[in-house]
Amino acid sequence: MKRRHTLTAITGALTLIGSAATAQTEIQLWHGLGGALGEKVGEIAEGFNASQDDYTVVPTYKGTYTENMTAAIAAFRAGEQPHVVQVFEVGTATMMAAEGAIRRVQGVMEQADIDWNNDAYLPAVKSYYTTTDGDMLSLPFNSSTPVMWYNRDLLDAAGVEDVPQTWDEMFAAADKLQENGHDCAFSFGWQSWVMIENYLAWHDQPIGTQQNGFAGLDTELVFDESEDLTTLLQRIADSQENGTFEYGGRRGDSLPLFTTGECAMWMNSSAYYAGISEQADFEFGQAMLPLNSDVADAPQNSIIGGATLWVLEGHDEAEYQGVAEFFNYLSSPEVQADWHQSTGYVPITTAAYELSQEQGFYEESPGTDTAIKQLSLNEPTENSRGLRFGNYVQVRDVINEELEGVWSGNKTAEEALAAAAERGNALLRDFEAANN
Amino acid sequence: MRTKTVTFRHKWLPYALIAPQIVITLIFFIWPASQALYQSVLRQDAFGLRTDFVGMANFVRLFADDNYINSFVTTISFSAMVAGFSMGIALIMAIMADRVIRRAMVYRTLLIWPYAVAPAVAGVLWWFLFNPTIGIAAYALDGLGYDWNHYRDGGDAMTLIVVASTWRQVSYNFLFFLAGLQAIPRSLTEAAAIDGAGPVKRFVTIQLPLLSPTVFFLIVVNVVYAFFETFGVVHATTSGGPGQATNILVYKVWRDAFEGLNLGSSAAQSVILMVLVIALTAIQFRYIERKVEY
Amino acid sequence: MVERRPFLTFIQHAVLILGAAMFVFPIYLAFVASTHTAAEVSGGVPLLPGAEMIRNYSLVLGEGISAAGAPPLWIMLMNSTIMALSITIGKIVISLLSAFAVVYFKFPFRMLAFWTIFVTLMLPVEVRILPTFEVVAQLGMLNSYAGLSIPLIASATATFLFRQFFMTVPDQLTEAARIDGAGPMKFFRDILLPLSRTNLAALFVILFIYGWNQYLWPLLVTTDESYYTIVMGIQRMANAGEETPQWHLIMATAILALLPPVVVILAMQRLFVRGLVEVEK
Repeated sequence: MKRRHTLTAITGALTLIGSAATAQTEIQLWHGLGGALGEKVGEIAEGFNASQDDYTVVPTYKGTYTENMTAAIAAFRAGEQPHVVQVFEVGTATMMAAEGAIRRVQGVMEQADIDWNNDAYLPAVKSYYTTTDGDMLSLPFNSSTPVMWYNRDLLDAAGVEDVPQTWDEMFAAADKLQENGHDCAFSFGWQSWVMIENYLAWHDQPIGTQQNGFAGLDTELVFDESEDLTTLLQRIADSQENGTFEYGGRRGDSLPLFTTGECAMWMNSSAYYAGISEQADFEFGQAMLPLNSDVADAPQNSIIGGATLWVLEGHDEAEYQGVAEFFNYLSSPEVQADWHQSTGYVPITTAAYELSQEQGFYEESPGTDTAIKQLSLNEPTENSRGLRFGNYVQVRDVINEELEGVWSGNKTAEEALAAAAERGNALLRDFEAANN
Repeated sequence: MRTKTVTFRHKWLPYALIAPQIVITLIFFIWPASQALYQSVLRQDAFGLRTDFVGMANFVRLFADDNYINSFVTTISFSAMVAGFSMGIALIMAIMADRVIRRAMVYRTLLIWPYAVAPAVAGVLWWFLFNPTIGIAAYALDGLGYDWNHYRDGGDAMTLIVVASTWRQVSYNFLFFLAGLQAIPRSLTEAAAIDGAGPVKRFVTIQLPLLSPTVFFLIVVNVVYAFFETFGVVHATTSGGPGQATNILVYKVWRDAFEGLNLGSSAAQSVILMVLVIALTAIQFRYIERKVEY
Repeated sequence: MVERRPFLTFIQHAVLILGAAMFVFPIYLAFVASTHTAAEVSGGVPLLPGAEMIRNYSLVLGEGISAAGAPPLWIMLMNSTIMALSITIGKIVISLLSAFAVVYFKFPFRMLAFWTIFVTLMLPVEVRILPTFEVVAQLGMLNSYAGLSIPLIASATATFLFRQFFMTVPDQLTEAARIDGAGPMKFFRDILLPLSRTNLAALFVILFIYGWNQYLWPLLVTTDESYYTIVMGIQRMANAGEETPQWHLIMATAILALLPPVVVILAMQRLFVRGLVEVEK
């Protein structure tokens, strides 16, 4: 704390020198973005601070998403919570259920003295964080969606001209790669998000009942009922036999498999754009997720991941005006377009998307609009709007564990999905009991 | 408990002397431990906005949960392997070093320093060596026809954390075995040698029985080490995976509290662990007292 | 040695040398990796040191790895030093005093005090993390040196050692002091402390290593980078999440993290070995 105090003291002293009369209100923002992304957040806050005189936004990096969320919750319990905290998408239900701890963004914005309309946000992004009656809960900030990254050089060498668009084409491409002496065709990360949640949304199938949990806490996971998902996962597991698929760990741990050229294709977040361009010494591109043509003729839309900004209760009313002004600044087309173009996250407003088009960004870097195209392919259905399950951080762990059972050959896909759903449902019941 | 026969008398001094220790103990040990007891019968949401009394439900659920039982089994087999390997290797080394009196100190120097390496750092070092994509050990295994992948294979992941935990613990055990061996009077072994007993026989009939208190002590210490201090090894490397393959108890307590935000269950697990530690320490304590008394 | 068997002697040395090599090997490779570029390391770790040592080390020490949210290493090294020393000195001081009180005074509630302290022997921080974390949070000690060290000071091991040692100090010394009219504190300062010198030094090494190697606790109580310690900082880098781990820099950090305690242990080897074997027995 000491260093921050010194900093605050210095800033304070400077402010005194600059404008002796105005006392600035501080708005605390805790986030989980390290490195270059964190620096970018700092830039945005500075931009906002320079744009007006009443408020100072102070962003603080608090570790990973999980750590950041835990820190904010602990701080809330101790009565020292920040104004704004960044929470990843799977924490949505937990935050939402904490009535009395959070303040809906819709309310914050409407009560504030600003011009604001939630229609400005992209439907696929907004729908994830909106109640069934249309209230926006938290402000989408960094959103991405899984895409398929491919290694153009490897595909060319094997004579695969068109990037696979369906799973059958994936396996056909794998055969060609292997004829050419290349073992691993594909891998993926964030497996629950990519291979279960997004697979089901992409094929317009439910992940859970009650509109994937949007309509009530009494939701149940049903992803184990999708026969085509079960078959596909089993097919992938079996394909390890000849090395077609290689499992490389949770989250983004498998990234090196792609960047070192070991696997020709990799399904994971579009936000890896910066990382891949830095590390890959081959020609790469991003394409839409493959379709299972046995069950659908065309994809529905993919769902997002990433994080949103939640407003916490317990501060002076006047300070929420500052929060609202900051959110408004953050949503402006210029700020959003810049954020989108430098990070690979999707723009959260339609205006920012259009601005990026006008600026010619997508011609300059082809493929960078794959994510947003996937998200806005169709009007989201109940199955593809997103998901809202309680204790979902743990449910994701359960899914990780069970899928790892499939990859290691200890379980069949059918057994693993059934077990995952059963264990996940127990966690959902817990959450229901604790929040009813 | 024994006391000095000659003591000082003072009204307040002893209280003042002992106060700092007592205050810190109360605030950071007794209070949190009783909080854990209390929370273990509650169900709370993450923000602490709602609290329900649920009695023994948290415990009942834990013992009905295959994964918790599984975590127990994992922890026990992990501890057995770490204790077994690290003591076995240390004993062999100590016997060798004990016999080469002249260079014993040189070897001791070469062997003790891993003790100074933090478990988490040891974990990261081996994690790197065995990294399936760039690790040299994985590469060597691949050359031998074994497809190492600790992201997928639970056995591989378990091997990794056992190796990392053992690597660091051998030096500790080595020091105790060496000290124990060197405390055995030379005359005993020499007499046996004159009687024609070979090195192996001498070890089995003379040295090993005399070492048995050390062995017993080290078993307790190593089990405690494997149960608790290896948190860093797991957290910095496998995160309990793949599947539940390396989800040892102490890691699970942490994860359920800080990632799962399931406070009641985590508190119940804490209580179970406390009972375990108290049992282990009681055993150790008896041993220490016995040592001291004679 | 009892008898001469050249072959046996050869085996002994071979086993020991092999063992020592096994211990050094991971460190050697870590060092090698820390002297190469990221590209060289990701193409399979070379077996001989490269040319990037100075660059890598000055990078981690000076700038830190911002991509992993890790501050410059010198800050983490400093924090680790502060934490390790606070824990070491704090433990030694409070244990000396309380052991003195327990052994040399008879006072009401002595047994209660004794057991209160000794209960802590039984509860490693790992088993009561969440409530301890909450207590520290409520006291406003998150992200502070006090929060990093004070909760770890109260372990009974050191008190136990001093108690054991004080019990072996001959009563005649106490008698003599009393006859000379020396008060308890004078006795403590002039007789007991000098007698405890060896034990103090040995305990210092053991506790320094204990403090330096703390992992879970700093991980919990620090969310502000400027309080990261180096041992937990490594984990932050290795689990950078969405970024590929920069192994060459992580290994440089690992080397720097293990160097101080290893140097301490080797420099004070004799004291350490004696202390360890005696403390724990």
